[in-house]
Amino acid sequence: MLPGSAAPAAGSGMFVPAQTVGTVLCCICGVSMSPNPANMCARCLRARVDITEGVPRHAAVVYCPDCASYLQPPRSWLRATPESPELMQILLRRLTRPLARLRVSLSGAEFVFSEPHSKRLRLKLRLRREVLNGVVLEQTHPVEFTVHDRLCDACSRAQSNPDQWVAVVQLRQHVPHRRTFLYLEQLLLKHGQASLAIRVAAAPGGLDFFFGSRSHAARLVDFLTTVAPIHTNTAKQLVSHDTKSSVYNYKYTFSVEICPICREDLIALSPQVSRDLGGLGPLVLCIKVTNAIALLDPLTLRVHHLEEKKYRVYNFKAALTSKQLVEYIVLDIEHESPEISIDGSRYQLAYAQVARVSDFGKNDTIFTVRTHLGHLLNPGDTALGYDLYGANLNDDDMDTAMTRHNVPEVILVKKSYEKRSRTRRWKLKRLPMEEDGANKAKGDEEKRANEYEEFLRDLENNPEIRFNMNLYKDEDYRSEMASTIGDDVPTVPIEELIEDLSLGDDEEDEEEEGNAHTGMVA
Amino acid sequence: MATRIQFENNCEVGVFSKLTNAYCLVAIGGSENFYSVFESEFADVIPVVKTSIGGTRIIGRLCVGNKNGLLLPHTTTDQELQHLRNCLPDQVVVQRIDERLSALGNCVACNDHVALTHPDLDKRPELKYSICSILQATEELIADVLGVEVFRQTIAGNILVGSYCTFTNRGGLVHPHTSIEDLDELSTLLQVPLVAGTVNRGSEVIAAGMTVNDWTAFCGSDTTATELSVIESVFKLREGQPAAIVDDMRKSLIDSYV
Repeated sequence: MLPGSAAPAAGSGMFVPAQTVGTVLCCICGVSMSPNPANMCARCLRARVDITEGVPRHAAVVYCPDCASYLQPPRSWLRATPESPELMQILLRRLTRPLARLRVSLSGAEFVFSEPHSKRLRLKLRLRREVLNGVVLEQTHPVEFTVHDRLCDACSRAQSNPDQWVAVVQLRQHVPHRRTFLYLEQLLLKHGQASLAIRVAAAPGGLDFFFGSRSHAARLVDFLTTVAPIHTNTAKQLVSHDTKSSVYNYKYTFSVEICPICREDLIALSPQVSRDLGGLGPLVLCIKVTNAIALLDPLTLRVHHLEEKKYRVYNFKAALTSKQLVEYIVLDIEHESPEISIDGSRYQLAYAQVARVSDFGKNDTIFTVRTHLGHLLNPGDTALGYDLYGANLNDDDMDTAMTRHNVPEVILVKKSYEKRSRTRRWKLKRLPMEEDGANKAKGDEEKRANEYEEFLRDLENNPEIRFNMNLYKDEDYRSEMASTIGDDVPTVPIEELIEDLSLGDDEEDEEEEGNAHTGMVA
Repeated sequence: MATRIQFENNCEVGVFSKLTNAYCLVAIGGSENFYSVFESEFADVIPVVKTSIGGTRIIGRLCVGNKNGLLLPHTTTDQELQHLRNCLPDQVVVQRIDERLSALGNCVACNDHVALTHPDLDKRPELKYSICSILQATEELIADVLGVEVFRQTIAGNILVGSYCTFTNRGGLVHPHTSIEDLDELSTLLQVPLVAGTVNRGSEVIAAGMTVNDWTAFCGSDTTATELSVIESVFKLREGQPAAIVDDMRKSLIDSYV
């Protein structure tokens, strides 16, 4: 008959007498009720004990109107939107101590609407507390928070002087194009390295990143060291100092210079360098730039990785850069050796008969050259290459190479595809960058756009570069007619795309709320 | 009639007193207040005896008795035993028993005819060692000394039946959590009406909060009016007044007329 024994007995198939809960009279008012530990009806109990006694009904929170954040004592500021769970957490934390002291537990809390201008936040709490030998009472308890406006430390500093940078990273590359920066921008976005920057500004020949603290800037420099061949110089300028407390304020400058050698550049190595690199070249193509420069001899398929420090010693320049690429048409191809793989990229030596596209209909100049693109090229394809035959070269090393070696007339660099502006199903994010209005030349805008388009096309053609960056689905993309896209034109497969995070409260977004949520998860 | 009293600012009056139809035991207190309430109530009816048991004042929880007898735990001293034998009427058998559970008041609840006992009280002599077989089991002693029928029971799952219920020959009050089926069963066993209730403003320890015999009850001073009215009605304490007077008067009137 023990209450505890009833459950196992029921399981073992034994007879258990039915137990009907009887009624007793409330010891105060005499109303009939089921027995409870206090043997008092709920109304009497509530009339006799107030569990909210001592729980504060008023409290204050400090709010920064500039950045919409609330002070979490002692000194952290948390951003919270009105009636958000974060705000609830901040407010409840103000009450935990009195609640714990009174041994009251919180079983629920909700916001009661209050006019934003009233500077009041109202909460309705449900409190639970044990009274009179084991009876637990629950009661609602309204709390009103007064919102005090005060600027947080960061905002008040920003208010007094908006341009509060302490360190700047001046990233430069002395080349005529901005391709490297477009690539680095994507890398920084992917790794979130520039998120701490106060400001990013475009400067002639590079980018400037402004930071609020030296360590943030040093972090960016460290990151750049791992992804690009850079050379760093640091400098600091004393802004103010307090000799009594030995506090010195500096502005730090990190001057970061990227090697002027880019992917697809043609380099003529001097005889000495060529000898140092084990007889490489003398004509080599730069195929990849990470923190080392990968040089490929297109005639022998030898690859050499040159570190930044080594590069500083040789300090060669590119003889021809991607701007000077000339379009050729492949007339015939003859494979010389089987396809081989070097560092994950494939090459095949072949003899190709090519003719300049510009020569078509004018003359019958045909070049027979050795190329490393045998696996890509087929007769009839177009390819981009350096025209050493017709180029006007101004490079000592190239002259030496031409006199000493039998230099080919053409060096093919990559296969080219039909150049047509078309919409893409993907897009890239951009860093919020301040353009330098004063230094803008005429036609600069167009040049930038062209460079960007060229960069996007490069991404489509080269999955190796794409590998390092985040490509997002373009919601505005409408599929073109299948016939307008050539079959051989490379595109980015849809699996590589990331759905963008979209948060909004307008009608259109509400319709597609489900999509937005999946986007958040992705 | 039920009365509210307290023992030295303590409402658990059932702990410090033992009331039966033949005698009343009261603990020796610092003041005479507690004793004098009983004394004024029972002055010429039944003896009111001041005593201690085993040197303690919690006599109501240590002993059990009815109009036929009084059982005392083994902790009782010889002097106390002798004192009680001297003070109580001759027909009341006073017996000290050798029971392991020495708080007999908590383990046994009885009226003049029936007793409910703790399920673990000593059972039969043959279970004991042979040398002790001459000793009677507690159950038999209760039956012999108090002249009652003994039932092993629990009250609402509590084995301390002496603490959680109290009953007289006219009615009884049990733990508030007692289910209706248990109430029916107990009331069939005891042959008295029972009701689930509380004393001392919701206290479940009924026997500790009150002490009662067939015509009067004493409750802790915390007991509310509601509880008091429940107690008076279930123990039929109110009948002593108007109806009984009318009955008595009628009897005498009829007597004189006839």
